[in-house]
Amino acid sequence: MHNAASKPSPAARILWVAIAIVGAWCLGVVALRRGEPINAIWVVAASIAIFAIGYRFYGKFIEHSVLRMDPGRAPPSVLRNDGLDYVPTDKWVVFGHHFAAIAGAGPLVGPVLAAQMGYLPGTLWILFGVVFAGAVQDFMILAFSLRRDGRSLGHMLREELGPVPGVIAMFGVLVLMMIVLAVLALVVVKALTHSPWGTFTVACTIPIALLMGVYLRWFRPGRILEGSLLGLVLLLASIGYGAHVAASPLLAPIFDFDAKALAWLLIAYGFCASVLPVWLLLAPRDYLSTFLKIGTIALLALAIFLSAPTLQMPAVTTFVDGSGPVFQGHLFPFLFITIACGAVSGWHSIIASGTTPKLLANEGQARLVAYGGMLMEAFVAIMALIAAASLHPGVYFAMNAPGALIGTTVEQAASTISQWGFVVTPAELLQTAQNIGEHSILGRAGGAPTLAVGMAQLLHHLIPGTQLMAFWYHYAILFEALFILTTVDAGTRVGRFMIQEIAGLIHKPLQATDSWTGNLLATAICVGLWGYFLYQGAVDPLGGINTLWPLFGIANQMLAAIALMLATVVIVKLKRERYVWVPGIPAIWLIVCTITAGCEKLVGPISFTAAAQKYAASLRSDQLLAPAKSADDMQRIITNNEVDMALTAIFVLLIVTMFSFSLRALILAWRSNHPTAHEEPYVALASVTH
Amino acid sequence: MTMKTRWHIFRKWAVQTARLCCGVPDYDVYVKHLREHHPERKVPTYPEFFRERQVARYKGTGGRCC
Repeated sequence: MHNAASKPSPAARILWVAIAIVGAWCLGVVALRRGEPINAIWVVAASIAIFAIGYRFYGKFIEHSVLRMDPGRAPPSVLRNDGLDYVPTDKWVVFGHHFAAIAGAGPLVGPVLAAQMGYLPGTLWILFGVVFAGAVQDFMILAFSLRRDGRSLGHMLREELGPVPGVIAMFGVLVLMMIVLAVLALVVVKALTHSPWGTFTVACTIPIALLMGVYLRWFRPGRILEGSLLGLVLLLASIGYGAHVAASPLLAPIFDFDAKALAWLLIAYGFCASVLPVWLLLAPRDYLSTFLKIGTIALLALAIFLSAPTLQMPAVTTFVDGSGPVFQGHLFPFLFITIACGAVSGWHSIIASGTTPKLLANEGQARLVAYGGMLMEAFVAIMALIAAASLHPGVYFAMNAPGALIGTTVEQAASTISQWGFVVTPAELLQTAQNIGEHSILGRAGGAPTLAVGMAQLLHHLIPGTQLMAFWYHYAILFEALFILTTVDAGTRVGRFMIQEIAGLIHKPLQATDSWTGNLLATAICVGLWGYFLYQGAVDPLGGINTLWPLFGIANQMLAAIALMLATVVIVKLKRERYVWVPGIPAIWLIVCTITAGCEKLVGPISFTAAAQKYAASLRSDQLLAPAKSADDMQRIITNNEVDMALTAIFVLLIVTMFSFSLRALILAWRSNHPTAHEEPYVALASVTH
Repeated sequence: MTMKTRWHIFRKWAVQTARLCCGVPDYDVYVKHLREHHPERKVPTYPEFFRERQVARYKGTGGRCC
């Protein structure tokens, strides 16, 4: 639906040409300058220019030509207005809501891990991935849901592809969720291991949330902002007091845990949090983490703009050859698996077909909310990458490489990392640990601590003071831990309902969500599922993130591929075959990446199979391999690797199955001579509003 | 538009967005909807409305992103 009025004025044309030139120039500097470090502002400027051009031109092309969004068509919020779930809402309010729902820990962790290959590969993948794949997926799924009464992804898959692929995809979502919860919980475990200060502040969030819960329930019902401010003040106080806890010989041991103990604590906590009434613990923490998240993202942006750091990490490191210590595997496909959220994230297809389509007042606003919201998330990912790349590379690798590779003392770590070509002294590593108020920075993989150190250094440039740096570090850790734990609690509840629904098929009474037996049983199963992977990660010889993050990446990109395959099929069903490449090319790209990564994890040197065989061979010859201390440990490592192997095989199989179903639906639709998509009938907006 | 009305509009937007991010839709809009379309139903107080929405948010489906 091209409208003649949208022809750009000469001034607008000049502006866009200028943006294009500036963007191309900045990107050229980022990509081509070698040998001398560049300033982060080049990356920021290149990103903003590319996002603006992508939004204005590609986004608009999708809106008008591919999706044919019609501002005159009545959306579900108007047709089914119930004042609660379906409400026509101001577009900026919907934008804020949508962004808060899609932005999580993902875009902060993936880019930090990918920084081991240098800042350039990650930057390019985020910039082009989001414009051509991630934002396209979010936008198209939102648009389809808008035309289908706000239906969910699962429902649309069943309708457009058939009942069997619909069920298969939903099974994939459940498994993906368990992996997401485990890997995120592991990020928290890695950040809090032997960190009394961090553990104390995170533990404090429990009583603070209880207090807020009571306040919002009885004292000032529903005054969310008031309650959250109260919580925020208490949180900041707990960070301040944490310094005393860490320094006290009496208190510090109480909050000093190893990875195993922390994993058990998180499992127990996740169980309690999702069984207790939501108003008491889950909801208040959710409010606190939502506001803290938005506030911290703003703070990070401010810190990067004002302190304009120099990127110390090289543009491209030697680790693109697959020998990297943070995660194993070549640039292709593992870069595209490691950075999922921020470039393209399958999870968003669930959000984009959740509450957002029920709130949009007009189809013309979908591009702003979905395409624009995803570009915002990509910007968060770029900022995380900048924070990691602005660190001393020696510090970066000391934090992210597993102890099995770099040793457990600063001397060993410094000498190994210096041999890799990133010269660092033990004193520098010690000094960094001291600055942030910790005993050691070694082996803190998982993104959160690296980002926290990066953020602390950026903020430290703005507001000097040695004490403050430790405060900022623990603030950043707390903020990540808080919203990760909220995701874990809420995810456990969602998982519990999914499991109860499945259990209900076998034994009807288990389905009742208010039955305590069903409730406790399903929660235990759900916690057991992600808890298993979390514990496995906590005892993993290579630190866990190394194993679990690729698994998570494969699962998340698998869901993105499914969503994009759905989009491809629907476009053909609408008989707009000439635009089939818009969702089709990113779909194929993701299928190729996930299948290649899956196969490399199944056979070959970096596969789970090889790891299992290595331990099995040693066990047969009665040798112990670190970190196993007994034959039982060895056996457990073998079993864990076999489980990961099976899981990877399931993902690969799942994607192949979904691909065949999609291909069948696509061919049928192509042969049909009339549109076969299941859109709701057209209702003019003017006919239902007055 | 005066500074005051602008501030007022911004404040309303911020509060509405913040509440929606926590799963609580606009109360005034809901009350208006009830009065217009379901005059026979009882209008809940804000605390009642808030509690109902709080529980509804964690009923499953969707949730948030990683």
